[in-house]
Amino acid sequence: MAQMAAAGFSFLQRGRFQQLFDVLQEAGYRCVGPRVTDGAILYDTVTKVEDLPQAVRDRQAPGHYRLESSKSELYFAWANGPQALKPLVFKPRETLWQCQAQPSRGLQFETVPPEAPATAVIGVRACDLAALRLQDRHFIHGPVVDPAYLARRRNLFLVAVNCTHPADTCFCRSTGDGPQVTNGFDLLLSEIDAGFVIEARTDQGVDVLGRLPTEGATAKQLEAARQPIARGAQAQTRRFPTRNLRDTLLSNLDHPRWQQVAERCLSCGNCTAVCPTCFCHSEGDEPTLDGSRSEHYRQWGSCFTRTHSYIHGLVIRGDTRLRYRQWLTHKLGTWHEQYGRSGCVGCGRCISWCPVGIDLTEEIAAICASAADA
Amino acid sequence: MPSSETFYQAEPYTLHEAEIVERLQESPTIFTLRLRFTDPGIRSAYRFAPGQFNMVYLYGVGEIPISIVSDPEDPFLLDHTIRTVGRVTRGMDRLQAGDRLGVRGPYGRGWPLDKAGGRDVILVTGGLGCAPLVSVINYIIRRREQYGRFVLMQGVKHSDELLWRGKYERWSRMPDTQVMLAADVAGSNWPWLVGRVTALLEQVSIDPMNCIVMMCGPEIMMRTAIENLLQRGVPEEVIWLSMERNMQCGTGHCGHCQLAGKFVCRDGPVFCYQDVKAFLGKKGF
Ligand SMILES: Cc1cc2nc3c(=O)[nH]c(=O)nc-3n(C[C@H](O)[C@H](O)[C@H](O)COP(=O)(O)OP(=O)(O)OC[C@H]3O[C@@H](n4cnc5c(N)ncnc54)[C@H](O)[C@@H]3O)c2cc1C
Ligand code: SF4
Ligand code: SF4
Ligand code: FES
Repeated sequence: MAQMAAAGFSFLQRGRFQQLFDVLQEAGYRCVGPRVTDGAILYDTVTKVEDLPQAVRDRQAPGHYRLESSKSELYFAWANGPQALKPLVFKPRETLWQCQAQPSRGLQFETVPPEAPATAVIGVRACDLAALRLQDRHFIHGPVVDPAYLARRRNLFLVAVNCTHPADTCFCRSTGDGPQVTNGFDLLLSEIDAGFVIEARTDQGVDVLGRLPTEGATAKQLEAARQPIARGAQAQTRRFPTRNLRDTLLSNLDHPRWQQVAERCLSCGNCTAVCPTCFCHSEGDEPTLDGSRSEHYRQWGSCFTRTHSYIHGLVIRGDTRLRYRQWLTHKLGTWHEQYGRSGCVGCGRCISWCPVGIDLTEEIAAICASAADA
Repeated sequence: MPSSETFYQAEPYTLHEAEIVERLQESPTIFTLRLRFTDPGIRSAYRFAPGQFNMVYLYGVGEIPISIVSDPEDPFLLDHTIRTVGRVTRGMDRLQAGDRLGVRGPYGRGWPLDKAGGRDVILVTGGLGCAPLVSVINYIIRRREQYGRFVLMQGVKHSDELLWRGKYERWSRMPDTQVMLAADVAGSNWPWLVGRVTALLEQVSIDPMNCIVMMCGPEIMMRTAIENLLQRGVPEEVIWLSMERNMQCGTGHCGHCQLAGKFVCRDGPVFCYQDVKAFLGKKGF
């Protein structure tokens, strides 16, 4: 019985994992995956399984991120690094268009075609996919489509992985975004000691899966894959009291906690930079030295900066209290009216990468504990 | 009538070259640039509604949001009235006829002129913030018979800052049109009120059930004016206002213009009071 294949699921032996890289590369994809770089796990180009962070665990806590080695042979026995998919679709900086000044006083405008290489990302987590869906809504499902984002988004092939080892900072169970991957992928892997249970969701996914030397997954393998996901979910302790905090936050704009957190917050914007859903950016112009051409670029911005809310003669959010309040009232509050859900997918990055260890779940708990009624 | 619905260009990063055909100095710090797209195809395709704005680009320096003040029935010539305040506007101030700018737009939702027909139209503008309403004035003046009474209230800090004095005098001679001006501080030759624009409201009779109010200017001024109107029974849903926030993209992506859950560039800049009342003048929003 144990050998009977479970419908819809395939199994790839650990020793054959390299074939996934090979098939994707043959299909014309640049593979991007997790790599240990400068003491953190970052997404970068990978060509072979050895590039992946095997036998590594991440220890995360407020203001704290450290990699440790572990005895396990698993490639994905860690939670996340500072990046999600955001830099792959919404680049930290890119030129949008350029303008040529002609001797005749004329101006000639040219859009700069976005770089959008076909990219397969290996190791995408449930929270990363949830964040990508939100960025999709922002950049491509609104009234104006962002062509650069769309071009890169279309060329993504997503190989997701179910999370088995959430970090202490993870709370995707509370936001409803993980640790199990449910949709939005091309291929989904669940790692067990012997290899990977694989499921394909899209036509491209089915195509790639068809070229891998897989066998049918057994019920036992499925069970071995399921258990650590459930255990990981159980292990998460951080949570929000409810998924929709809009009314609570907007009715508590003068709560004393905003001032208390402002006294610790450095207004550095690390949280918005690591957050996989933050979309703010600024634009600017860079003329060439000879003055004949000027490039118009955009780059990631943050509501923690002064320029974010500057209008002539006035900075609308002139101090840290108002900026921290903007971050949370937007992310957890007004996001609901913009995108029908909270802007937080529970990845915990802003907690780990905050230099002073501010934990948004703690701030929310404090506000809710003595909140004025919504 | 042009629709007040948003008209977006398919390509958000495509700017069009426009030539300055005329430059008018309105005051020592305010000038109007009359623009014409150099590409005849763009010229004939371009349409806008009063209250919408363009992103206007000064070569090598940057793009800024500027309201379109000319009449939408004549979209071949676009007037932008600009106050010199900083980097981009200072550079634009130096331009002359024949110089070129980049333009993309129009963006945003304009004034609800489709809801104004047959009603008394009351405009309240404060400070130098009247640009977004100038196109409405032009629009209504040309179609005067379609509306009820027309009341124009404009407040300035100092009487010297009043733009278009001649125009106001001309407008005041239109049938059933009342022009009311106020200056916090008045020099000589100021026959109008010395005081706040909100004090003008006290002097005007309003039929709360048959009016529509459009305003722009400092948020504090708008709030005071709205309090007065609400006390007099004017319903919230006929009060409209234009908001100003930092804008980088104009297309709802950069996030700078957010006013709580709204993107001012896309959901505004003209809003019904009902939709923004919780955040109007609220610190931090
Ligand atoms: C919808 C809308 C319509 C507007 N219409 C007009 C108009 O018709 N005439 C006019 O004179 N002004 C108008 N403004 C204001 C105008 O955009 C600013 O005065 C201008 O951006 C200042 O640019 P600057 O580089 O000269 O100033 P700086 O003080 O050097 O500002 C630097 C940058 O900050 C941003 N910024 C500064 N002030 C504003 C502001 N008030 N609004 C948005 N972004 C700002 C811009 O990106 C600007 O380049 C409008 C603003 C908005 C939002
Ligand atoms: S707010 Fe923090 S925990 Fe939530 S998605 Fe952003 S970085 Fe992750
Ligand atoms: S306003 Fe702040 S919290 Fe909201 S998307 Fe922008 S940077 Fe992120
Ligand atoms: S101006 Fe960029 S989102 Fe409104």
